Amino acid sequence: MLCDVCKCNDATVFLTQIIEGKMQKVNLCDACSKEKGVQDPTGFALADLLLGIGAAEEIEKGAATQRCPVCGFTQADFKKTGRLGCSACYATFTEALTALLKAMHKGTSHVGKVPHRAHRAIELSDRMRNLNESLQKAVAEENYETAASLRDQIKQLEGESTR
Amino acid sequence: MSNAGEWLRGEGPHHQVVVSSRVRLARNLRNRAFPGHAKKAERTAVLELIKPCVEQLPEMQDSFSEFLQDLSALEKQVLVERHLISREHAAKSSGSAVIMNRRQTLSIMINEEDHLRMQSMRSGLQLKQAFKLLDKIDTALEGDLEFAYDHRLGYLTACPTNVGTGMRASAMLHLPGLVLSELINQVVQAVSKIGLAVRGLYGEGTEAMGNLFQISNQTTLGEKEDEIITRLTKVIETIIQKEHDARQVLIQKKSNTLWDQIGRAYGVLTYAHAMSSKEALNLLSIIKLGIDLGAFPEDKRLAIDELFIDTQPAHLQRSSQQKLSAEERDHLRAQIIRTRLKVLPKPDISKLVKEAGNGSSPEPTEQ
Repeated sequence: MLCDVCKCNDATVFLTQIIEGKMQKVNLCDACSKEKGVQDPTGFALADLLLGIGAAEEIEKGAATQRCPVCGFTQADFKKTGRLGCSACYATFTEALTALLKAMHKGTSHVGKVPHRAHRAIELSDRMRNLNESLQKAVAEENYETAASLRDQIKQLEGESTR
Repeated sequence: MSNAGEWLRGEGPHHQVVVSSRVRLARNLRNRAFPGHAKKAERTAVLELIKPCVEQLPEMQDSFSEFLQDLSALEKQVLVERHLISREHAAKSSGSAVIMNRRQTLSIMINEEDHLRMQSMRSGLQLKQAFKLLDKIDTALEGDLEFAYDHRLGYLTACPTNVGTGMRASAMLHLPGLVLSELINQVVQAVSKIGLAVRGLYGEGTEAMGNLFQISNQTTLGEKEDEIITRLTKVIETIIQKEHDARQVLIQKKSNTLWDQIGRAYGVLTYAHAMSSKEALNLLSIIKLGIDLGAFPEDKRLAIDELFIDTQPAHLQRSSQQKLSAEERDHLRAQIIRTRLKVLPKPDISKLVKEAGNGSSPEPTEQ
């Protein structure tokens, strides 16, 4: 049986943890078990306990010094608390979070409720893209009358979206 | 706030097994530090922005609205025991608030782990109805507040385990039949395997007492709100059936154990002079089972349900209007139970014996 972490050495340490009544089994090789601090159960990173084994490792893969431009949060902070600093952190640490979210949830994309504001923003950007495409086509076809009308519509839409 | 909310008066659908249903939504303001990372001034600014919007909701007319620093430790604990605020929120002080309606069916925490934690509670199995109200509140609030939302990840939350819908739906189940017939671990394991979580009375990391279990969705990303609720409701309906089946098997095959449990619970509760809250919950649970099975009159149900809450530590201290030591609490608890149970007649197992004897089984049928 191969080690769950490095996936190259044979596993020699078989760890079974029961967290909130849920059994988790992890097979580790000698080197990985030492590195993970399995001999010392208190040595587990909080992120591991919270998000499953290997989570802290995933987080570390990203640039550890990266800082959220909005709130100043770092990956190290996340590793320590298991919480993020602000909504912009999701974009900042997207690389590290993608794998975590995949392991944690049923899917990788939201399919539920969309707030009205976001809904409107999506609609506006879709309309804007369509208008721009039509405009380019009209210009290419030297259909200047249509192009002028399209340009007016785009201007109007720009006004709407900044309101 | 003198009495427990109406959702605790078990009258909803499937109330014999499902004590209550609850749905909560987590929301945050865009580009503002989450409460755990925000500086005090930022937290206060967010609070001042959100609180008036919540208070002006039609559902929050005549509401109970308090800053956490204005509540005493005891008052906070009473709210925790009624599940109106989380234990985490009770630990907060300045920069946080709680707003709840008079009926105590809707509670909104500001600056808990997320800027907004909104929850709706109902008695019995009514997850859909609880969500419907919350969805309406959420839609009303998003008109005034810009929530952190990403086209791909949905609602953004402080903990990545809540991202997406930000929704946690849960039901509190009373499962003495499954516990007494030692089938509960199987159920817990089966439920965990399908992406649902089972927890004790006060949520994450708490012990199961009084044969009460909370079951909730574990994941929030990749599934629609109503899909999550439908799936959870189906699983709960299956567990309700299993619980009824287990009770029938107990009546048919282990009736002596069952009468013994009910008789002992009655004896200890009516005669003890010191009782811990854990012991009280465990024994009250057996009396509740006794009512379900017809050993006690149905009209005593409310009195027993109320004791579940009124014997909790903070509720006891509030009723005695003074701080009590653990020992004093145990005495007072036993005294309150003895007094209230004076109206409860001795267990009448004749109906049960008849059932066990002729092998007939009432609804739901044994499988």
